[in-house]
Amino acid sequence: MPIDDPALRPGETPDRIAFVNARLIDPATGLDEQGGVLIANGEIADTGRHIHGEAGGDAAVIDCGGHVLAPGLIDMMVFTGEPGHEHRGTLADASRAAAAGGVTSILSMPDTDPVIDDVALVDFILRRARDTGAVNVHPLAALTKGLRGEEMTEIGLMKAAGAIAATNGKRSLANAKVMRNALAYAKDFDILVMHAVEEPALAEGGVMNSGEVSMRLGLKGIPSAAEAIMLERDIRLVEMTGARYHAAEISCRASLEIVRAAKEKGLPVTCGVSINHLALNENDIGPYRTFFKMRPPLRAEDDRQAMVEGLASGDIDVIVSAHDPQDADVKRHPFADAAYGAVGLETMLAVALRLHHNEEVALTTLLRAMTANPAGILGLEAGRLAIGAPADLVLIDLDTPWVVDPEALHSKSKNTPFDQARLQGRPLATLVAGRVVYNYAESAPGEV
Amino acid sequence: MSSAASPSTTLDFPHRHLLGIEGLKAPEIEGLLDLAEDAAKSIRRPGEVRTDLRGRTLINLFFENSTRTQSSFEFAAKRLGADVMNMSIPTSSVQKGETLIDTAVTLNAMWPDLLVVRHQAAGAVELLSQKVDCSVINAGDGAHEHPTQALLDALTIRRHKGRISRLIVALCGDILHSRVARSNILLLNTMGARVRVIGPSTLLGSAIHKLGVEVYTSMEEGLADATWS
Repeated sequence: MPIDDPALRPGETPDRIAFVNARLIDPATGLDEQGGVLIANGEIADTGRHIHGEAGGDAAVIDCGGHVLAPGLIDMMVFTGEPGHEHRGTLADASRAAAAGGVTSILSMPDTDPVIDDVALVDFILRRARDTGAVNVHPLAALTKGLRGEEMTEIGLMKAAGAIAATNGKRSLANAKVMRNALAYAKDFDILVMHAVEEPALAEGGVMNSGEVSMRLGLKGIPSAAEAIMLERDIRLVEMTGARYHAAEISCRASLEIVRAAKEKGLPVTCGVSINHLALNENDIGPYRTFFKMRPPLRAEDDRQAMVEGLASGDIDVIVSAHDPQDADVKRHPFADAAYGAVGLETMLAVALRLHHNEEVALTTLLRAMTANPAGILGLEAGRLAIGAPADLVLIDLDTPWVVDPEALHSKSKNTPFDQARLQGRPLATLVAGRVVYNYAESAPGEV
Repeated sequence: MSSAASPSTTLDFPHRHLLGIEGLKAPEIEGLLDLAEDAAKSIRRPGEVRTDLRGRTLINLFFENSTRTQSSFEFAAKRLGADVMNMSIPTSSVQKGETLIDTAVTLNAMWPDLLVVRHQAAGAVELLSQKVDCSVINAGDGAHEHPTQALLDALTIRRHKGRISRLIVALCGDILHSRVARSNILLLNTMGARVRVIGPSTLLGSAIHKLGVEVYTSMEEGLADATWS
């Protein structure tokens, strides 16, 4: 049930507001209990069982009706078209989509035009986000100039300017020497390196997972070994340099085993998986549906199951939306010619809840992969229900079913693979630094 | 939704398009072969004029160069009484920004009855078929399917061997990149033949065995007991 309360109207949030009668879930501590959260001046002032109707003094009181109140989600992989391709999507519409999806912090990928590869461009993203965004935007710095994989950027200066980590975006850094140097500098500056893992020569020309489906469709495949080989190489380089390393998206069982082995060795290695690779497989492509064309490609069902297992066991640290807006003009092509990517900010949480409803992954574990884990990897204060932490919160209705309507998405581009998907559960309200940035009751008047 | 052809032989063929062999049932394939047999006989009878497609317009839309396939379609359609228009669309004009879908919408406005389409991208003909009101025949899409070639091969086999079922049929060479091989495998399996593929593993593809074929990398072994029974 949407909560229609004046205090929850975006733009009118009181400075002191208490959320009571909630099911508090704090994945950082494993807490899951009835209680409330008191917010003052953009921070969590108090939290626990003792926060109820009267506890907040003069604070506005919101009765959460027993719904889940959790830290706002942190999405480590969001592409926008800004700067350069604003017709696909901007920081503003990505941040509205984020808010509607319960996501309070996004990492913006540097794959823009121009590429975010110097200090001025990091500053540009931060200023645009401040002026137009509704959620926290943390720019990622390009690891090499123009993402060309040849010449390193000044990652130390970009970190000082506010870049949260460094990445080569969608492209793997094929040159092992450049990667080694990048990791060595990243170690010196204590910068996290987030890397797309795909051996380019082995993947060349491929447009989907290599296997029976690609054989039947007559499409060139990308073998999962291309991912595993690059990941193995990276882990050797992490051993050499000691840098903090995050595999941006893994998609196959072999990669899960590699990450698990690296963690057992005690290496500073973490990894993410996209919501698409948890929910979909190569069969969903069906008759050449280009909205299911992604990179890494959707894999076999066994790989998808491995991703779910890895998430449940904690070997996979992070779920990302891999939000990648593409307009219809670049998607309405024969499969091989169509653009990669899918939007996902608004559906990530609800799709992830499928794993909770199916009893495949515990709710706290799911939420941890979108809150405390990314916060820990990135060194953010957000992502927990702790006193003094920023009041970035999401109120979640776990159970109400709904059907995804692409036209209702806040994202400018509507390329969702979950068109008409039946989902269960959704964000009811989202707060960033104590301000309501999304309220379902406002966004869908009359709809209950 | 109108059926493009009005065959003289009764044919139970509940499909609007012919996009691939996949999805066709054995009696439907058998029916198409019977119809082809009938047409092939009549073109050998001097003076016989067939009217199956009289008053119909067929457009040959080839995004990829072809001489044999395009003239075969043109010839066959004219023999059946259709009006034929040939359009070759060089890849360059597509690269200028005109998408496949733009082309489809333009052609659709001409109200053809049949579009025969070849395209270098797998799935392109199916995509186009979703945007037009007429029937579409796939004359080859990327490495996906080439159903009419497979039907022709099946007719040839049937004429020489009398049947297709229980024959051992070996396909040799580059299977991975061949749309004809895919359509052949699908058709022959549907008709109950035993299909073998023979080639170097780099040209077979790692998942070829999933298509229900016996896989050989040695020509000697592959042909060993493929007898002329």
